[in-house]
Amino acid sequence: MNNSNVLLKADNVTKRFGGLTAVNKLNIEIEKGSIYAIIGPNGAGKTTSFNCVTGFYEVSEGTIYFDGKLLNGKSTDQITRMGIARTYQNIRLFPNMTAVENIMVGEHPRLKTWWFESIFRTRRFIREEQAAETEALRLLDFVGLKGLGDQLAKNLPYGAQRRLEIARALASEPKLLLLDEPTAGMNPNETAEMTTFIKNLRDQLGITILLIEHDMRVVMNISEKITVLDFGTKIAEGTAKEIQQNPKVIEAYLGRGAASGLEN
Amino acid sequence: MSEQNNFDTREIINAGLITAAVAVSISVIGMVELFANRDLIAGIITVGQVWVFAPIIYMVYYKLNQLNIESSGKQFQIGAIIGAITGVSLALVIILQEAFNIRQFFINVSPSLIEVLGFGQTGFVGSLVIFLASTAVGLLTAGFLMLPPRWKAALFAGLAWTFGIGLFSDVLSERLRTFFGSNVARAIFVSKAIQPGVALVVFIVVTGIAYQWRAGKTAVSHRISGFTPKQQGNFRWVQIGFGIVVMLILPQILGTYLSEVTNNIGLFILMGLGLNIVVGFAGLLDLGYVAFFALGAYVIGILTSTGSLGIAGMNFWVALPIAVVVSTLAGLTLGTPVLRMRGDYLAIVTLGFGEIIRVLALSDVLKPYIGGAQGIIQIPKPAIAGVPLIKPEQLYYVILIAVLLAVFISWRLRDSRLGRQWMAMREDEDVAEAMGINLISTKLLAFAIGAAFSGLSGAIFAGKLTSIFPHSFNLLISINVLSLIIVGGVGSLPGVAIGSLVLVGLPEILREFAEFRLLMYGVVLVVMMLAKPEGLWPSEATRRELGRDNDDGVPDDIETLATAQN
Repeated sequence: MNNSNVLLKADNVTKRFGGLTAVNKLNIEIEKGSIYAIIGPNGAGKTTSFNCVTGFYEVSEGTIYFDGKLLNGKSTDQITRMGIARTYQNIRLFPNMTAVENIMVGEHPRLKTWWFESIFRTRRFIREEQAAETEALRLLDFVGLKGLGDQLAKNLPYGAQRRLEIARALASEPKLLLLDEPTAGMNPNETAEMTTFIKNLRDQLGITILLIEHDMRVVMNISEKITVLDFGTKIAEGTAKEIQQNPKVIEAYLGRGAASGLEN
Repeated sequence: MSEQNNFDTREIINAGLITAAVAVSISVIGMVELFANRDLIAGIITVGQVWVFAPIIYMVYYKLNQLNIESSGKQFQIGAIIGAITGVSLALVIILQEAFNIRQFFINVSPSLIEVLGFGQTGFVGSLVIFLASTAVGLLTAGFLMLPPRWKAALFAGLAWTFGIGLFSDVLSERLRTFFGSNVARAIFVSKAIQPGVALVVFIVVTGIAYQWRAGKTAVSHRISGFTPKQQGNFRWVQIGFGIVVMLILPQILGTYLSEVTNNIGLFILMGLGLNIVVGFAGLLDLGYVAFFALGAYVIGILTSTGSLGIAGMNFWVALPIAVVVSTLAGLTLGTPVLRMRGDYLAIVTLGFGEIIRVLALSDVLKPYIGGAQGIIQIPKPAIAGVPLIKPEQLYYVILIAVLLAVFISWRLRDSRLGRQWMAMREDEDVAEAMGINLISTKLLAFAIGAAFSGLSGAIFAGKLTSIFPHSFNLLISINVLSLIIVGGVGSLPGVAIGSLVLVGLPEILREFAEFRLLMYGVVLVVMMLAKPEGLWPSEATRRELGRDNDDGVPDDIETLATAQN
């Protein structure tokens, strides 16, 4: 792990559920400050590989290193505190908490006071709570939801929920952000906005982004490197151009007819 | 809501039949007769009669609300149909008894029940009376519901106060006698009921006040909102001061018996606050909660008893923190193995834990140490400066301090980072963990703090009773505490107090109805879940979850608002 420019390195990662191999010997190296995409047909093992990185699943074989540290055997919350945050394919906010409360829960890894300080309302506790709320409002503003802080998460429109989920993930000040289909269910306008937004995250905050996405336009637009999974196995890796021209990918994922459509 | 001016007659008849079945069952199982011994308003209405008519009132209320019919004639029709069907069924009970002596099958269909149903009349006249009375109640209810809201609220308040005073008249008259002498008491109450004239005065006065109340209230709150911030702060302090004074002099007002009841309520509030952290805040269903109560009590017993089982003869105040610490450790011990469990599994395991503690307390193995079924006796009452707190009025203050402390801690924790952790965990455990929340410590803290409150309650319980037995710590206590949280409103601090008042206080005061205590308990729970699932005083969060808050400030054009931000 001498190469300090690599943020996440998955080595021969395999995840089996009984007889089914969901992810098979996956090798990935993500450079700091890059936008990296994983694509593949449904059931290819994209979300499973996310769950392996975040510690939600224990990998069956292989190793994952984050920032030079081994992630195997670490629990989800430990991994989050090391600097990995994620969003979910089917939005999973805390529906009955307000937008600000959602973000403040996301800030959890950064807060330092002990629980009993809240009983005595120590000065440190009050200061930290106020700072946390200010930061939550700032993040809300950053993702374009200013003024919606007191709304319950479940009452927000779909696009706003997606943004709120990203704000909540950003609240832990992650080094690596995992986005699971961030534009799923969005119309072309919203998708274009989200694409710009993701690009800004990297450009302005310097956060490395690992992305699962179905929308080819998004993927081809913003990712520096793409890995294509099919049946849990990596069948191709490279830049958008290389992927587009890879016959294996076209066959396995895009289908013969779709390849010509991408050319435009 | 859709408006319809026609109703399905069959549906109303069905509703009437259900009502009739309930009213007849209540009569036939002996509830009406038992309650008939207790007058509400002397010589006019007994609690038994209220029981007969309550189903009619509720059903008419329910149906009219549900159907939302405009025409007043149709509304009266519905009331009449439901009332009449119930009346016919009750009349049938009288007639059948006359003709076939159905008492052979239903032993509670006694002559006195017939007399209650027929308002003193028997036979054909009696059955006619109950039929007419039921129909009249149905019509009156329908008519009442058609009144303008302000009158409805005012009349409801008047009726509720009159009946409430009537229901609690024995306790109230005892208090009056103490403070104003028996003449005053006799002028207002006769043998456990309110005097008819007084009832009328109470009804008129309360209705009048309630009618003016809304206007007065807005005026007052308007006035208060006009205060400067400093004045508002002062006003707040006045309120708090008033609350403190009331709490301090309460036992003097209540007297020995009611103080005793209040103490019991207080101990349940204390347990409820603890379980509220576990169930309400953290969303972990714990059915063995009584175990910590028992532990707190037994630790006090062993450490302070002057009997043969006492090992230390400690002072209560020295033993109290030890009891709390032991319960807290027990909370951690229970918490550790069940960390990975959720929902139903967690409930079953905690249920088992509660039973283990009770069975251990009963067991022969531990008998030499904790007395088995004989329990521990000769536990001294807590004493302050050598003076033992013998009277419930004195012990009240110990419980008050404990409850206030628990309320304070619950409130502060709820509005903190830990409170958010619990809430997030309740909402979605996986995501909470992915937010960097350590589920293990968060859950253990909930279990431990909850157990500490319960242990504190148990410790005071032991000092209050001076003897403890395993059967005081059965499953029913756990169920009781859980129910009072649910009735009060899960996760709500005032809800715990309200729940304890309703589920612990009421049955204590209405002791003579103990026979039907569990039945009524069940009815209350079922009705609550159907009519008001969020509880009597829901927490803000639950209110939001169930969407009962109509004016929660969500702008209608939220969509545009959201996009406009970009």
